[in-house]
Amino acid sequence: MIFTEVSPDPIDTAALLAEVGSNEDGAALLFIGVVRDHAEGRKVKGMRYDAYSEMATEVLREIALEASIPLGTDRIAVAHRFGELKIGDISVGIAVSSPHRAEAYEASRFVIEEIKKRLPVWKKEHYLDGVSEWVEGTIPPGAGLEDSTHVAPLTDEGLA
Amino acid sequence: MSVAVRTLFFAAYRDRLGVSELSIDLPSGSTVADLVNELRGRGAPFDMLPEKPAVAINQTYSFLDEPLTAGDEVAFIPPVAGG
Repeated sequence: MIFTEVSPDPIDTAALLAEVGSNEDGAALLFIGVVRDHAEGRKVKGMRYDAYSEMATEVLREIALEASIPLGTDRIAVAHRFGELKIGDISVGIAVSSPHRAEAYEASRFVIEEIKKRLPVWKKEHYLDGVSEWVEGTIPPGAGLEDSTHVAPLTDEGLA
Repeated sequence: MSVAVRTLFFAAYRDRLGVSELSIDLPSGSTVADLVNELRGRGAPFDMLPEKPAVAINQTYSFLDEPLTAGDEVAFIPPVAGG
């Protein structure tokens, strides 16, 4: 069963792993994203994550649903944290399980990449020199477009 | 007739605007683009909002030509940086 959570509470990785797994599964995978002490040559002492939490929970669920199709199971558990985090704190945790490892690796990778593209979450780095800055982000695909007619239809080459 | 919508600002937008939430009345039939123009037309600091920002209506990413309905929650979404 898909589990998603966006919360200010510390991420319990053992609980995430416990959400996935079954007697059919030979592979279970846990990915964690961790706050590191540097960014583009600057020393970082901490990070503030902001989230549009109600929407982010839904977007996480959509991402997990999309990941479950090629995974072949719905055993995906994803948690994203917000608030003030220290170096070494876990900002995101992704647990997946499947009968074979290849699908599990693929699904785990898909979830983190899609989080970076479209989860309504932002981070502000606190640098050692006392300055804090919002990290430059990504415009979610399809967002901010004037109208639906500006979306190019998918066509085979030569048929457009 | 007018429609009242609730607008939300996050992260860099909230910092720059100094506000996280505003209620705004718009003429009925207004779209997201009209809301953006109304806000940007207020001048500084609202003119820092992009002309074509990413927005979500009621927690779903939306196009700018989407019509607004009374009670809609319209969130201005700065470029995202989760993970």
